[in-house]
Amino acid sequence: MSDLHFVRSEMLPERAPPASTVGVVGWMSENLFNGIVNSTLTILSVAFIVWAVMGFLGWAISPTWAAANLRDCQEIVAGHEGACWGVIRDRWKQLLFGFYPQELYWRPILSFVLLFIALIPVLFAMISRRMNWFLLLAVLAIGALQVGGTLGVALAVVLAAGAAFVGFQMVTTNKADRAEQIAAGAKRLPNPLIFSVLYPFIAPWLLWGGSFWLPIVALLGFVLGWAAMRLTAGVIGTLGATILAFVVPVLWWLFAAAGFADVAHGILPMGIEAVESRLFGGMLLSLTIGVVAISISLPIGIVLALGRQSDLMIVKALCVGFIEFIRGVPLITLLFVASTLLNIFMPKGTNFDIILRVIIMATLFASAYMAEVIRGGLAALPRGQYEAADALGLDYWKAQRLIIMPQALKISIPGIVSTFIGLFKDTTLVSIIGLLDPLGLSNTIRAHTDWVGIYWELFAVIALMFFVFCFSMSRYSMYLERRLRTDHR
Amino acid sequence: MSSIELETHADRSKMSVSDEVAIEISGMNKWYGNFHVLRDINLTVNQGERIVIAGPSGSGKSTLIRCINRLEEHQEGSIIVDGTELTSDLKNVDKVRSEVGMVFQHFNLFPHLTILENCTLAPIWVRKTPRKEAEETAMHFLEKVKIPEQALKYPGQLSGGQQQRVAIARSLCMMPRIMLFDEPTSALDPEMIKEVLETMVELAEEGMTMLCVTHEMGFAKEVANRVIFMDAGQIVEQNEPEEFFNNPQSERTKLFLSQIL
Repeated sequence: MSDLHFVRSEMLPERAPPASTVGVVGWMSENLFNGIVNSTLTILSVAFIVWAVMGFLGWAISPTWAAANLRDCQEIVAGHEGACWGVIRDRWKQLLFGFYPQELYWRPILSFVLLFIALIPVLFAMISRRMNWFLLLAVLAIGALQVGGTLGVALAVVLAAGAAFVGFQMVTTNKADRAEQIAAGAKRLPNPLIFSVLYPFIAPWLLWGGSFWLPIVALLGFVLGWAAMRLTAGVIGTLGATILAFVVPVLWWLFAAAGFADVAHGILPMGIEAVESRLFGGMLLSLTIGVVAISISLPIGIVLALGRQSDLMIVKALCVGFIEFIRGVPLITLLFVASTLLNIFMPKGTNFDIILRVIIMATLFASAYMAEVIRGGLAALPRGQYEAADALGLDYWKAQRLIIMPQALKISIPGIVSTFIGLFKDTTLVSIIGLLDPLGLSNTIRAHTDWVGIYWELFAVIALMFFVFCFSMSRYSMYLERRLRTDHR
Repeated sequence: MSSIELETHADRSKMSVSDEVAIEISGMNKWYGNFHVLRDINLTVNQGERIVIAGPSGSGKSTLIRCINRLEEHQEGSIIVDGTELTSDLKNVDKVRSEVGMVFQHFNLFPHLTILENCTLAPIWVRKTPRKEAEETAMHFLEKVKIPEQALKYPGQLSGGQQQRVAIARSLCMMPRIMLFDEPTSALDPEMIKEVLETMVELAEEGMTMLCVTHEMGFAKEVANRVIFMDAGQIVEQNEPEEFFNNPQSERTKLFLSQIL
């Protein structure tokens, strides 16, 4: 029998961990060479990675940039396995822009840059005066690039560097600084979110061109809807005003908008050269479809998810029916419907833009998936959150907006971003109905006698372009999850 | 169960009951599907009363107080809170909910908002109080529950007892006339139970009308002016705490008390 009695006379001081468990050596012995089996596996894996990378580099590092056609390439590599990069030098503009008129390339480039400026305040939840400097520098840089010449390019580089610096500062500014800037700056200068709201009207006009009055009348529809709601809410009640806020803009766009735009254009002709949809192609097409579908599918998905949980039988049935139908049908089927069947149902003579039709189908497809992802987030919320919101007297919409959705969306971030990425990659399916996305273009390029039989180089570059966007989305979602984590920090 | 001894003795002289009726429940019945969970409940609560509802689990005590702010719907009878009858009319429901505060067993704080935002959310969005004023009120009540220094933290960073005190402050920010407590200490460690109970005692001393479902009989003896014992969905016995604990009448009450005391 040992003595059970023990009293500690003094408390132990803190000690550093053993040297062999910390630092690089400690990490490696813990994670890489932890026993014979693991050490063997580590060495084998490293050997495999080296072999694979060497093989790829042996193919990819190939001095064929200047080649004018496949035969040139074959002469240069002289029997070795080697990539033929001449096709990229020859056709990179097509891969990016399709058959968009060369002299108008500045328009898609500008809308692409503006896209980031519109997104930054939304993605990074910041309102700062620096935002406006960033905007100004970026626009000037594009302008300088257009002027051309050595001086123009040099100026553009300097401005772009400035924009990058300001942008970097905005993204890395810490929370307290940002709050201070909002307090100080937001009052004196316009909120950059205004630009984010206007962007959906500016970008299509830049891409498709035409009368300047078109985006104005489109925007006017929303203004009319808002005005209708504000003016009539007191007279006919909230429900009536809400319905009116939907009906008035739709009537305006369907019947009055085109005429109004024509009249206004007649009085004050302002506009830029119009570009037809069939000329769109390459990444420009993928990005156009992807960005629009992504940004619209999220709100529609939220509405569908809420509808699916609704107590109102008909609303619920409609939402469930829509979601299950769209999810039960392949996207390609929907795209074929967009390309052929829709025209049959349309009144004769209406010319419904093919890209618009494809965007609608892609959006509907993605929103059905989105609805299910968000429903998962809603289901993960404890009932207590709903009860607490109810007990505080918040009505349904306020509870959804302030309590339920912020949490449900946060839970669903990985799923939402997966859906976004899937949707963006699915835009390559439009090649099946004859639109020239990058993959469709690769066929077109291969059809040319210079580049018959060239596959891997085009696919590698297209893959790289898609990877850049998809990987950025994935990294952003991780950043967002970190930012929104409130449990332990 | 009554192991927690309160340090401060509640000052009963401050707690006065007025003649004004706060809650009137008459002939109320409720079913979950076919299960008759609340049977013929008749209960009148005056302004300033502190009522403790006790009973075995599944006896319907939580359901009863959840009916008072219509987190649960009753099927028969009437519930009138502060002159407003609870019907399917959402306007009445919202009015009652904004006047009745509720504290839950699992706190149900909003984890994505700071403590201060938790407290100001409902005043700003339901009462339309200006943000600044709402924040001042929130700080006042956070001081009252003794955690003003935690205002900018998130609920996940607080201990259970602190979270429950925040939940009480959040309810108080709506300036309720009645407070409902649904087992507020059941999910807490013993040392944290005390800090929550002391907050509740202070609240009682200020004359708040309170209905508490709790197993803390020490709190009942100290604060309550009436103890209600429920079993099988009905009120079995109610009395002043002294009489209730020392001289229970019904066999069920005696059995229950013998098991928990």
